[in-house]
Amino acid sequence: MHNPQLNANGELTHLLSIEGLPREVINHILDTASSFLKVSHRDVKKVPLLRGKSVFNVFFENSTRTRTTFEIAAKRLSADVINLDVTRSSTAKGETLLDTVDNLVAMHADMFVVRHAASGAPHLIADHLRRLRRNDVHVVNAGDGRHAHPTQGLLDMYTIRHYKKDFANLVVAIVGDILHSRVARSDIHALTTLGAAEVRAVGPQTLLPTAIETMGVRVCHDMSEGLRDCDVVIMLRLQNERMNGALLPSAREYFRCYGLSPAMLALARPDAIVMHPGPMNRGVEIDSDVADGPQAVILPQVTFGIAVRMAVMGILAGN
Amino acid sequence: MSKQHLHIRNARLIDPHNGVDDLLDLFIAEGRIAAIGEPPAGFSPARSINALGLIACPGLVDLSARLGGIEAELGAAVAGGVTSLACPPDTKPPLDEPGLVERLVRRSEATGLARVYPIGALTEDLAGLRLAEMNGLARAGCIAFSQAKQAIVDTQSLLRAMQYAATFGYAVHLRPQDDSLAREGVAHDGEVAARLGLTGIPVSAETVAIATALQLAAETGVRLHLARLSSAAGVDLIRAARRSGVPVSCDVAIHHLHLSEQDIGYFDSNSRFDPPLRSARDREALRAAITEGLAAICSDHTPVDADGKQLPFAEALPGATALELLLPLTLQLAAEENTHAARNDLRWELQANAPGTAGLDPDWDLVGGGPNAWHEGRLPLAMALARVTCDPAAILGIEAGSLSVGSAADICLFDPDEVWRATPDALRSQGKNTPFVGCEVRGRVRMTLVGGRVVFEARAGAGRAA
Repeated sequence: MHNPQLNANGELTHLLSIEGLPREVINHILDTASSFLKVSHRDVKKVPLLRGKSVFNVFFENSTRTRTTFEIAAKRLSADVINLDVTRSSTAKGETLLDTVDNLVAMHADMFVVRHAASGAPHLIADHLRRLRRNDVHVVNAGDGRHAHPTQGLLDMYTIRHYKKDFANLVVAIVGDILHSRVARSDIHALTTLGAAEVRAVGPQTLLPTAIETMGVRVCHDMSEGLRDCDVVIMLRLQNERMNGALLPSAREYFRCYGLSPAMLALARPDAIVMHPGPMNRGVEIDSDVADGPQAVILPQVTFGIAVRMAVMGILAGN
Repeated sequence: MSKQHLHIRNARLIDPHNGVDDLLDLFIAEGRIAAIGEPPAGFSPARSINALGLIACPGLVDLSARLGGIEAELGAAVAGGVTSLACPPDTKPPLDEPGLVERLVRRSEATGLARVYPIGALTEDLAGLRLAEMNGLARAGCIAFSQAKQAIVDTQSLLRAMQYAATFGYAVHLRPQDDSLAREGVAHDGEVAARLGLTGIPVSAETVAIATALQLAAETGVRLHLARLSSAAGVDLIRAARRSGVPVSCDVAIHHLHLSEQDIGYFDSNSRFDPPLRSARDREALRAAITEGLAAICSDHTPVDADGKQLPFAEALPGATALELLLPLTLQLAAEENTHAARNDLRWELQANAPGTAGLDPDWDLVGGGPNAWHEGRLPLAMALARVTCDPAAILGIEAGSLSVGSAADICLFDPDEVWRATPDALRSQGKNTPFVGCEVRGRVRMTLVGGRVVFEARAGAGRAA
């Protein structure tokens, strides 16, 4: 199948999804992020890699947190950053997604960081740019519907590599609302590409996609089975609207069955790490004692996230 | 130039309805087929057409084609060899008023192209609540009633609609899809939807609706047609119903016989269909329904402009332009089924009779993919053509789909070997939306007659590539 994010030389021109990314490309991003992490610790936190380039943060869906991390990453690369909150402007006036893109291309955007509520929207933009023969304009998917959140997947891999060094013998449990989670899909693709020994999808049947096992995961409906002897626990955020009784009876019952309590975490390996893409619902999917405990690496994830996003933008701008 | 006397000679005449497949001349007079083989006494044709190398078959009958611009889409129909088509009621506004139906009939007749048979709305505004004026709609020209792609959510309303239709002997066409199970769904609830993060439509959305419709049809005695099957489980239900004597008919859209969920690739909105493309296993079961004669084939022609497709997958409009691809894709289906069957037979023979020859390459091309393969196998050419001619005509209850002497001279003359490329420019339909855009297809209509009049004639040698 034609891979829309790689150019003829197999180099990354867009980051749309982790699916289809060769292991070397992922490792190259993680290695590059490692060097950028040092930049974040310096007094002068800038490198001139994207000087004179315009990065447009085009968010069709609100997300202050993700937008901010992209903004910081782009600014540390010396890019000019323009934030567009499209939910409140053009689409409200009936402009289509591709109309918006055409306008921004006319403003000489060099890179789009796109978040959209519809799965596949960044692919549509990338395809449109290809038809316009604008291979100098790059697209970074900052989250599309339930499909993918590749920079989150990459920062999760960075975090795991940082603490566990190697993927070969790792057992990773992804717990919660996988059905609606773009983070889970990106993590699964990344982990299977990097060769994790076992990836478990843990949750009730109402929150797991049909045929999720075809993505190479082991399905566990039982939390203790899912966590037993695992090395990494990735907890997913449970959106409030999922708790209205259609998919789950209540937050209380969800926490009882799938919440990460200290007792549950004790089933995992003693050196297991606990991750969460944020923002957390304390007491819904994760107990505060775990979230603030010694095994949680949730705040380092945020720090690594900036380095990973710098790496992605730096690599795209160079290709 | 209407009602000319025409002589079509040297064609291979395939008339599945009458079991004819032979080199026979056709004689047309007064808009009807006057004779086959030998000319009637005193026949003097105004035009004699040499159809050497071509196949003459009944004009295709399509169970569902949406007409945006009537003139353009009926032009596409005859360019695709389709001479009769049923138009579903989800027009704008829906066909729930006799006046709207009369206007559609009048406007389509004025084009002088394909014959249009409106399917009336079963309920007002297709809302599934109040019954439409079926009797008035039938008088205006409707040949059946349906909800198009809308469901009747309230099962009692569905029962009443069937009872009322049965009262007058009207056929009811239902696209079986449970509304709540399909809610917000845009793709088959399977591997691809899981991977791409698309909301899935489970197979149960189809089977639950089929089961409900079959039960209510048995109770009311309504003549039921289930439209656009998508799943193996759905085919099983209908096969079982037919075996137990329920007079239900069904059809499959041509795309579902060729494509599967995998064709969505990375969000290709041209592969967004309603019902969705399902798994490869489902596709094989749908093909089996065609070869065994359980289902007819329809184009489900749905022209969508670029604005409706250049959207994120879930927001894009479903459907494909298909009137001009119905024939070549049906021919391709026959060729593939027969090649497949021939290979399996050969393997079996090799294993059964000559174990020593098992080293032969089992994938060698038995038939060269050529049209001669159609003579034998699971889906002979005449049988494939039956699925787009006499079978849908019988479902619609219209006099079409045969080359019987005395019947209207609705004829499709096509070159089975001509290869052409389905580029946007090559399609007359205003819709250029098809997953086959840019693909080479085999089989091209050279001439189409409706009521003995030549309504389409390909430019000599145009696009001839093989």
